[in-house]
Amino acid sequence: MNTLDLVETMSIERVIEAKKVKEGDNYNEIPDFKPGDTINVAVRVVEGDKERIQNFKGIVLKRRGSGINQTFLVRKISNGVGVERNFPLYSPLIQSITVVKKGRVRRAKLYYLRGMSEKKIRQKIN
Amino acid sequence: MSAILGRKIGMTSIFTEDGVQIPCTVIEAGPCPVIQVKTVDNDGYNAVQLGFGEIKPKLVNKPLKGHFKKAKVNPTRYIREFRSMHLDVKPGDLVTVEQFSKGDKIKITGKSKGRGFQGVVKRHHFGGVGMTTHGQSDRPRAPGSIGSSSYPSRVFKGLRMAGRMGGKRTTVRNLTIIDILPDRNLMLVKGSVPGAINSLLEITKQ
Repeated sequence: MNTLDLVETMSIERVIEAKKVKEGDNYNEIPDFKPGDTINVAVRVVEGDKERIQNFKGIVLKRRGSGINQTFLVRKISNGVGVERNFPLYSPLIQSITVVKKGRVRRAKLYYLRGMSEKKIRQKIN
Repeated sequence: MSAILGRKIGMTSIFTEDGVQIPCTVIEAGPCPVIQVKTVDNDGYNAVQLGFGEIKPKLVNKPLKGHFKKAKVNPTRYIREFRSMHLDVKPGDLVTVEQFSKGDKIKITGKSKGRGFQGVVKRHHFGGVGMTTHGQSDRPRAPGSIGSSSYPSRVFKGLRMAGRMGGKRTTVRNLTIIDILPDRNLMLVKGSVPGAINSLLEITKQ
């Protein structure tokens, strides 16, 4: 293993270790999810000195990057407006990721879902 | 002041506890043997000579071999002098990353990546003339006029023009050390540093 990979693995482990300590028994491993899956991301939001959990539930449009730089893009329809959010996979702010529904798609990047109605999307990815 | 020699390994990023992703460069620094300590009395100036990097013994010429032998250290690929380094070391000592600590501000010198012959837009951040003004026609990235005619009848010295870019000694100051891994001689520095991967870096504390 080269040194750069080693440093990356170490920093990933450090994030996971810190999460384990913080969550205790509630700790969930990062599940295996793909573009097309519907997932729920529990994000820690800090407001002043208070901390709360915000859920972001939507369809995974893409996964990109490697090692600690991996990110994924989640799209949801909020009050009729499409909202997309990019998350770093190993961000300490993500409390947990849960797969709500598996999807079946034939593309790695699902940008074509952007112009579609919810009904059409449902037909397309199931 | 502390100084050390290192090798650029590459870039990655690290998360802080509050979720901020920091880009950082991984540097393999040291251990560097002290080869010579120069003093004002002896050499006319104060400096510490450090070595770094492995080298095949047959590639070291005889005068250098003697120089290394005097300090009782194994030959190293690179030798660099640091004028401002503290002098409380003696030849044969090993300088390691442990003399630096997290949060230190450092200065890194390296040889920037060679870019070859580049035009003024890339080399000097010119805007480029449009299409057909300032003495050009259909050359959007040309420098434009480089001076006037009968007076001064010459081009001023130092006028910025196209030419070789990069491959020069470059220093970046005010870099922050994010982490030190002494068991692997590694140093993580916030941001980018000059040079290609595997190139030599001179690191000094500010």
